[in-house]
Amino acid sequence: MSDQIVIHPLYAKLLEKFPESVVMDERQGFSGIVVQAITLLEVVKELRDNLGYDYLSSVTAVDDFPEERLEVIYHLFKSIGGAPVEIKVFLEREEPVVPSLTPMYPGAELQEREVWDLYGIRFDDHPDLRRILLWEGFEGFPLRKDWKEPLYEEDTKPFKSRWPEGKGERKELLNPYKDNVQYPREFDPNTLSGDVDQAMYKSLEYSDDPNSRVLQTDQMVVNIGPQHPSTHGVFRMTVVMEGETIVNLKPVVGYLHRNHEKIGERNTWLQNMPYTDRLDYLAPMSNNFGYAITVEKLMGIVPTERAEYIRVMMAELTRIASHTMTTGFLLNDLGAYFTPALYALEERELILDIFEEVAGSRMMVNYFRFGGVVRDVSPEVLKKIRHLVYNRLPRKIDELDKYISANEIVRIRCEGVGVLTADDAIAFSTTGPNLRASGVPYDVRRADPYSIYESLDFDVCTRDHGDVFDRYRVRIDEIHQSIRILKQVLDRIPEGPIMAGKPQYVAKVPAGEAYGRVEGPRGELGFYVVSDGKPNPKRYHVRAPSFINLTSLAQMCKGAKVADAVTILGAVDIVLGEVDR
Amino acid sequence: MNGIGIIKGLLITLKHFFDTYIFDFGRKQKNLTPDDKRGMVNSSGLFTIQYPEEVLAASEEFRVIPFLVYETAENGDHKYRCTSCGICAKVCPTQCIFITRKKDAETGKPIPSPEEFYIDTDKCMNCGFCAEYCPFDAIKMNHDFELATYVRGDTHIYNKEMLGKPVEYYAKIRPVNYALEVAEKAEKAEKATAA
Ligand code: SF4
Ligand code: SF4
Repeated sequence: MSDQIVIHPLYAKLLEKFPESVVMDERQGFSGIVVQAITLLEVVKELRDNLGYDYLSSVTAVDDFPEERLEVIYHLFKSIGGAPVEIKVFLEREEPVVPSLTPMYPGAELQEREVWDLYGIRFDDHPDLRRILLWEGFEGFPLRKDWKEPLYEEDTKPFKSRWPEGKGERKELLNPYKDNVQYPREFDPNTLSGDVDQAMYKSLEYSDDPNSRVLQTDQMVVNIGPQHPSTHGVFRMTVVMEGETIVNLKPVVGYLHRNHEKIGERNTWLQNMPYTDRLDYLAPMSNNFGYAITVEKLMGIVPTERAEYIRVMMAELTRIASHTMTTGFLLNDLGAYFTPALYALEERELILDIFEEVAGSRMMVNYFRFGGVVRDVSPEVLKKIRHLVYNRLPRKIDELDKYISANEIVRIRCEGVGVLTADDAIAFSTTGPNLRASGVPYDVRRADPYSIYESLDFDVCTRDHGDVFDRYRVRIDEIHQSIRILKQVLDRIPEGPIMAGKPQYVAKVPAGEAYGRVEGPRGELGFYVVSDGKPNPKRYHVRAPSFINLTSLAQMCKGAKVADAVTILGAVDIVLGEVDR
Repeated sequence: MNGIGIIKGLLITLKHFFDTYIFDFGRKQKNLTPDDKRGMVNSSGLFTIQYPEEVLAASEEFRVIPFLVYETAENGDHKYRCTSCGICAKVCPTQCIFITRKKDAETGKPIPSPEEFYIDTDKCMNCGFCAEYCPFDAIKMNHDFELATYVRGDTHIYNKEMLGKPVEYYAKIRPVNYALEVAEKAEKAEKATAA
């Protein structure tokens, strides 16, 4: 690193245009520009309309406690590819307010609600600023550094009470409620039920006025979920219907919320690795990958070559496993209950067997380490993968494809349903197969290549109609591309060490920030980490693709029949472990 | 024509049904390799096995709940390999390892051996970090996944005796790793004598 600060030409342009209100973030290890809250909208408008940054990837915040400052951090991209621009707004910790970007980028809606929920930063002009992961009435903002959870022991792990004087006891018993829940003072759970949902029902703009309706029938609010087989977990859709037609819809999430990010900030850097498995539990290898490359960026280490190949191999296997599963469960949602889903699961099963052999676990793999992977892949396993890739998978995927794509019920139920145009898809920050099905050829592996993807031959699969059927088609195409990548990887994988340097349980991470992203099966999985040089991250944020993909759910469902909402949700492909974090 | 799709779908199920018998029949003729088992790469038809009666072998690296390795002395005493260095307790992501270090009764000086060793198995996330970073090969991941019990409570906090397993058990479930470890130790010992 040189001492001379090189200012990116884009930032130079902005500095020139807004000399009073834009400055560079000059802290060591940090980048991006700092904008004043009042000029934020102008700067972003300039970026979007004149400079081509049409894709808002992530919105998050950092608490600088004990300094009296909160930061809001935006990452913007061009949908034609390239590196991000990073914008920061510094706010006071008391009553922080920042203008909302939702009117400009509808994709910010859920993310801003999340920041409000966890940091208490108010977004002016946000159409529906309610808590999202926690319940209305929750006390405090849990991601602030001075907020403490019910079974709080210490700010950071490892806890001192474990060694050398550790006593095996259940920490839960120390809690007066005998439960892992914290209530505000004077809280009466009996008063809860009504109020919490009232705000949500209001936000649906559900109207009693008969003149506003097309049909001469009452509008009706229906809750689908949280316990419903079609919601792929505990997820709830509140739907306003006129007859069978959906007029409006709100996703309600947070039932699996465990504050992954707070846990992540208490953990040491390495300890977060197994926790990332639990985000998108259908694609754990991708999660490991994203976290590993982000922290490696910050640490400035490069994994060995063999490790890179192994990583890509595992990430692509994970993609195949996840896409076959999604395809199978889409049929579930169409009413073909479980038989086809279980046929699709067979291939996934074989891939999970491989994970078990190399990583020790089928889903909670915990396989990546900073600078490499934990264990080498033996020749026998490589042989197995080779057999799978060359003999079994292409045949099986074709079988699946041949049957489903030609099936008339599938076509009738999927074609033209849940359409999202390319412009909308970008505006709503949709990622992954959903974005590509709308005709936008955006794939992080190509748009902002990481690891060895630059040297590999594969196509970015797109389709043009943006409906449920195309989302399914894109996934099938991507499986074929993954097989293509795997063939190349298997041919080229070099011998050598699998770890750069000695394995160490204390990662030395210099102060600074890093934003790393990978193309997971559900889209752009980003990690934003900030280090202050200590053994624990100061900030650990996950840009969860399936959470952000939910922003466009209402748009896709409006005008559809209620039975189609289930299909649309199935094709969006959410994983609740990641949505709720 | 409407309805063809349904018939095709049912035919797939029917094919699976017959494939199961053909596969079973074929298996009787051939020399079996592990890949010819149900649920393996070569299988067709029914994919699942009858679980409690038939159990698939776990792969060597498979991991659930750690155990402590001890060697059995001639007089039958269990000599735990653990030196209570505390690395596993520090690296454990869920902080579910609790260790009390042994102290000399007279001088109060620490002795490299654990007085008590607990793992709260309700919290353990089976990540395998403890086994990976233990410098003395004293803690290893188990293969036994049939852990269901009727009561939660304190029975799920395993103490040293419940966690202890003889080194032979380790050699049995992880033969490749064990062989590597023995070879490594032999090499070290050789170097030490040479020096
Ligand atoms: S790391 Fe190994 S030797 Fe150290 S306390 Fe844990 S089990 Fe014992
Ligand atoms: S496997 Fe992981 S969670 Fe379980 S005791 Fe070991 S380090 Fe802790």
